[in-house]
Amino acid sequence: MKSRSIPLREVYVWEMPVRIYHWVNALCITALCITGFVIGNPPALMRGTEAYYNYWFGTVRFIHFVSAFLFFFNFVFRTYWGFAGNEFSRWYNFIPYKRSQWKEIFDVIRVDILQVTHKQIDSIGHNSLAAFIYFITFLIFLLQCLTGFGMYSAMSSSFLPKMFAWFVPLMGGDMAVRQLHHILMWGFILFAMVHIYLVFYHDYVERRGITSSMIGGWKFIEEDVIDRHDNPEAKPKD
Amino acid sequence: MAVNIRCLNYKIMCINSSLSELINTDRFMENNQPTFYEETRKDGISRKDFLKFCTTMAAFLGLEASGVGQIVKALQTKPRLPVIWFHFQECTCCSESFIRASHPIVANIVLDKISLDYQETLMAASGYQAEEAYKTVMAKFPGEYIVMVEGSIPTENEAYCCIGGRSAKAILEEAVANCKAVVAWGNCASAGCVQAASPNPTGAKPVHKVISGKPVINVQGCPPIADVMAGVVVHLLTFDRIPQLDELGRPKAFYSRRVHDTCYRRASFDAGLFVESFDDEGAKRGYCLYKMGCKGPVTYNSCGIIKWNDGVSYPIQSGHPCIGCSEEGFWDNGPFYQHLPDVKGFGIEVTADKIGLGLGIATAIGVAGHAVVTNIRKHREIENTPESGS
Repeated sequence: MKSRSIPLREVYVWEMPVRIYHWVNALCITALCITGFVIGNPPALMRGTEAYYNYWFGTVRFIHFVSAFLFFFNFVFRTYWGFAGNEFSRWYNFIPYKRSQWKEIFDVIRVDILQVTHKQIDSIGHNSLAAFIYFITFLIFLLQCLTGFGMYSAMSSSFLPKMFAWFVPLMGGDMAVRQLHHILMWGFILFAMVHIYLVFYHDYVERRGITSSMIGGWKFIEEDVIDRHDNPEAKPKD
Repeated sequence: MAVNIRCLNYKIMCINSSLSELINTDRFMENNQPTFYEETRKDGISRKDFLKFCTTMAAFLGLEASGVGQIVKALQTKPRLPVIWFHFQECTCCSESFIRASHPIVANIVLDKISLDYQETLMAASGYQAEEAYKTVMAKFPGEYIVMVEGSIPTENEAYCCIGGRSAKAILEEAVANCKAVVAWGNCASAGCVQAASPNPTGAKPVHKVISGKPVINVQGCPPIADVMAGVVVHLLTFDRIPQLDELGRPKAFYSRRVHDTCYRRASFDAGLFVESFDDEGAKRGYCLYKMGCKGPVTYNSCGIIKWNDGVSYPIQSGHPCIGCSEEGFWDNGPFYQHLPDVKGFGIEVTADKIGLGLGIATAIGVAGHAVVTNIRKHREIENTPESGS
């Protein structure tokens, strides 16, 4: 029987609001992508009948819009939590404005993406590359809300979509907005593919149950990483 | 056919009228301009027909009942609008649309009354006389005349569009300097239309990007609906100010709703009943043309309400998808029979979905490759072999 004993400590990284945000976001994106595809190119489900018998396409659009509202408010909440949450959820993790963050980005590329060196990456929350990618996805979220609600504003008198109406003339009209909205959807799909793969990758290589950290919130972290996190000046890395 | 003959008659009548009035240049010398109503009566249109016209216009403009009275009063008391109508880079379809307006008075208002002063297609005068006509208007009515423009203006090389030896840009700038307002007819003047489509060899620009400091009304469409054009003119005349415009400069009365939302086939859209090809059962039953590339959901116009040719029909009613002619860049958002436009820079007929699918497959291959490499390169970590054991 293979077994090992390594010095790990449990750290509470993802607070409940962050975890709820993550799964609501995942559900919304899944629903939005599926319904979005159907809206973009509806299948020929009904033939030879009259319009007043059916409303399935209207229902698909309704699900898309409801998911969009949920997605938007969820995103707004996460932005707020970036200023209110713990150190791992704060906004400054996501924007690489420090030298050390850029160093970590290149380290992660060398260690995990290109796999040309082997060394430990000292991150407890997101590593700097992941955080930066999430920052880019936040920008895509924002653009997707601007384009989506911008188009929606034409068929709604509600205040929220109206707040986005200015974006349409900026793009020159609904045609360009719709095209951008469609292109950005692919950004979500590509992100989801890589994101899910990398979760599997880390869990497989590091075997520290990273997948379940987004369920329970706790992560297993090496004790020396925690020591270096608590006393940054104590000992230089390597 | 009857409609065509009638239109032709009007055209001939109008040209005759233009001719006689232009020859009689004393008209420009008079300060006491005839009102629209006086001229209409002189042309033999009854008061009843005149009132019917005013009521129709009030309805098009979305006015309340008292608005009819305002229009009647304005047309009876106000002198006619001095107008200079330019044709630059365009096909004259706006003029053609205008003279096919559903109500005879609409044709009159434009052709006999307001566009009298200078209209390159329909005026009888030519050469020196024509130049004289619009210069007289500019001198006689500074700050009062309206400049109406059909067509875009070349900026790459101004010589691409010259009239009487002067460039479109120079002519427009001179005319606009003392005008009251500018009306940009059609997609060319409002957004550049086909001339501004990629790669835009002449550097064609719409009016609002060439001039500044004057209000520009973008009466969009390729061409705009004749009754919409007349409605804008009536609004200018009645209320003496430009109509309420949307963010893209289009009169809200006519361009605030999507063709999609006023479409009589909308029920088929919500029911998920789509035409799959032009000769299928769905096309016969009048299903939604969304999958045939209908741009109704992204197009703002009143085609579904006012319709064309005396309210006879409009493209979707005739079984053809909307091509979105009242929107900026509709030529570049083609093909017409495909709802998702092609993405520029990827050759022909490449949509966002094709690019996305390609990237998706590339990502999947990349991920699979990475997984294989991981099992080789990270072998020791995965098997938990101590680093020192190597």
